[in-house]
Amino acid sequence: MFEISDETIDVDFLRRTLKSPECGGYTAFEGWVRDHHQGRAVSGLHYEAYADLAKAEGLKILAEAEERFGPVRLACVHRTGDLAVGELAVWVGAAAPHRDEAFKACRYVIDELKQRLPIWKKEHYIAGESAWVDCERCRAAGHGKHDHAPELAGSE
Amino acid sequence: MQVQVNYFAWLRERAGCEAETVETVASTPAELWAQLDSRHEFDTEPRHLRVAVNDAFSNWDAQLSAGDRVVFIPPVSGG
Repeated sequence: MFEISDETIDVDFLRRTLKSPECGGYTAFEGWVRDHHQGRAVSGLHYEAYADLAKAEGLKILAEAEERFGPVRLACVHRTGDLAVGELAVWVGAAAPHRDEAFKACRYVIDELKQRLPIWKKEHYIAGESAWVDCERCRAAGHGKHDHAPELAGSE
Repeated sequence: MQVQVNYFAWLRERAGCEAETVETVASTPAELWAQLDSRHEFDTEPRHLRVAVNDAFSNWDAQLSAGDRVVFIPPVSGG
């Protein structure tokens, strides 16, 4: 399952949905809101999503991971809305017969979703102002630090 | 013809709205972008964006039809 949600992510529930007798290995990735970005103190984040496309693209990423790594059970939820420092912004869980596939699939999903999901992060700074993360700065600076072709679009 | 355009993130802020119905003679997303950019002055270039038509990624030279939902997608920053 893949979801875009404006509610707190229920990790225990999601983890239970992945349990299966044929799975001997489970791993998860949690992305948390950090209190700083590029030297600036961050008080919180706002995530905005193009939900219809984000959900379709998320399901596509999970299907790709299953195709690459075999019979792996995957779940992922990405938050939208306002999040405070320390809150869970994204969760990816992977269960598989053996740990190697679980680790690889989990890594694949988080790496791909950061580059492909139409979700945007606005940072609120302790100093008061707010800014859309990273790419707006690239654009404003007009530099080619990274190309925004599909395979590279994204930030950290 | 009329198409529906939705905006997200800083494109939404520049446009001053989340969505609008646009009367256009544009036959492609590229032509539609040019029309909207002249009105809203987005101050970016299509090479920094992707485009979706009817909730699927599309090409800048795809053929638009009346009633299509078009979304211009700024560089993403999820995760």
